[in-house]
Amino acid sequence: MTFSPELEARFADLLTHYPEGRHRGALIPMLMYAQDEVGAITPDLMQELAKRLGISVLQVDEVVGYYSMLHKKPQGKYHVQVCTNVACMLLGGAELYEHASQKLGVGHKQTQASGRFSLEEVECIGACSWAPAIQVNYDFHHDVTPAKLDQILEGLQ
Amino acid sequence: MKLYNPPSPLETRVVSRRFGVENSWRLDTYLATGGFEAFKKAALMTSDDIINEVKASSLRGRGGAGFPTGMKWSFVPRNTDSPKYIVVNADESEPGTCKDRLLMEHDPFQLIEGILIAAKAVGASKGWIYIRGEYRYLVDHLDSVLKEAYQRGYLGKNIAGSGFDFELYTQIGAGAYECGEESALLESLEGKRGVPRIRPPFPAVSGAFQAPTVLNNVETFCAVPEIIRQGGKWFADLGTPKNGGTRMVCLAGHVNKPGVYEVPLGMNMMYFINEIGGGMRGGKKMKALIPGGSSCPLLRADECDILMDYDSMAKAGTMLGSGGMMVMDENTDMVKVALRIMRFYKHESCGWCIPCREGTTWLQKMLARIVDGNGALRDVDLIGDLAKNMLGRTFCPLGDAAAMPTISIVEKFRPEFEAYVAKNPFASSELVQVA
Repeated sequence: MTFSPELEARFADLLTHYPEGRHRGALIPMLMYAQDEVGAITPDLMQELAKRLGISVLQVDEVVGYYSMLHKKPQGKYHVQVCTNVACMLLGGAELYEHASQKLGVGHKQTQASGRFSLEEVECIGACSWAPAIQVNYDFHHDVTPAKLDQILEGLQ
Repeated sequence: MKLYNPPSPLETRVVSRRFGVENSWRLDTYLATGGFEAFKKAALMTSDDIINEVKASSLRGRGGAGFPTGMKWSFVPRNTDSPKYIVVNADESEPGTCKDRLLMEHDPFQLIEGILIAAKAVGASKGWIYIRGEYRYLVDHLDSVLKEAYQRGYLGKNIAGSGFDFELYTQIGAGAYECGEESALLESLEGKRGVPRIRPPFPAVSGAFQAPTVLNNVETFCAVPEIIRQGGKWFADLGTPKNGGTRMVCLAGHVNKPGVYEVPLGMNMMYFINEIGGGMRGGKKMKALIPGGSSCPLLRADECDILMDYDSMAKAGTMLGSGGMMVMDENTDMVKVALRIMRFYKHESCGWCIPCREGTTWLQKMLARIVDGNGALRDVDLIGDLAKNMLGRTFCPLGDAAAMPTISIVEKFRPEFEAYVAKNPFASSELVQVA
């Protein structure tokens, strides 16, 4: 499996961060950065990282299964994450999620057939004083109303 | 444009004093505003002197547990050949908490300087800032800040001419609340599932990669440079006895001016909500609040005329926690709040300890049953009982974190649960009681 030169450089740097013989520490960052490039945690990717870190594929797989941001299936080009935890809930986070679901025509962890948008109801994303908040891919949007959400999504069509 | 709320004149800004300053995150701005003076001072101090200064400040951990920082540092063994490490908990995932994000965004060099002073105090050679995956933009931001620090000689070899060497890296997480728990964070740093370790040994003795490790929250490290620069006593005097300094409070919910504010420990909570937070939205009455992140027992409005410091909060039966304060008005459905909190803990329980894994699952089922209109009175009692039986029976505090708010909501807002049950025509049926 081959990666872009930028990702290879990032991997090479990452592997210098850990004590002698403990470079397995790089596994989670490598998975996160590789996922951004590959689009999902594929079997090939798990095999490749296992080989590079000298661990078994199972040891990679159990990590992938644990963390909520690692996903084996590709998400939409724009992954819309709506927080409905308490701070957001108090200010309409649940209604915002329903609105997004109707607007996009998909439910929790579903992707549009076109592959453009996917949706996820997420736990607290650390934007509580600016609630309700959403993330589209890695970008935060704060104090979101249904009208503002429409605007954000239309800007991404 | 960095995330920011208008400051209040009633704040005491220590760790947040550079917020809003132009280019506050650049090294030159930092140096022009007293940056690295503390490190240069610490470089000439002995380990004991630094640790004693931090002890004198009565700084307590700002992540949630509130353990005295100086004491934590003093547990790191001195006479050992083992390398020692610093780990920064920037996993900020406690619902209601959004302060570390601002500290890293606006004033990352203050964090770096705090880390360097801690490293000097315990003789650490390497450190990691463990940042939750959702804060990806901050990982990129800090990576560029660290690069500047290395280039300008504030990280790496012979830092600022002190003869002290230190390497610092970012480490990105991948979405797991449990990794904010110190031992689970260390597992994650080693490339594993984030499940807790049994303690002892504590991280000060065996932490990252089984080496002695100082592990503190972002805000805790950020307070250190001013403690060294202006003295432990100066910092301590800002707060109340044994509760030194200021802390960041993330105000959210039904208030007029939500935002992250830095206040001295020991400020009256209602004063904070009314004068800094602008009072309740729409002239509504306050019903309750979560004082410091969703793991804290809730307070009814009539219980909130108290001082915001670790000891006063403990006396009131709750915690200062992580500073995530969520205020709820009279129209808030407390049963739904309890359910939403439990949904979170059920989702985030790592599954390592059975009381937590099964407890959160069943509590969520029972709370959902009540909200769905299928609950019986027996469920309300059982929720309280089950939650109480989770307390103290798990490797890490997640089980307690799920149980404590639940117990408090059931005890303090029982009539709301009963109102749900009263609407269920089958509530007294044998079938419901067996379910």
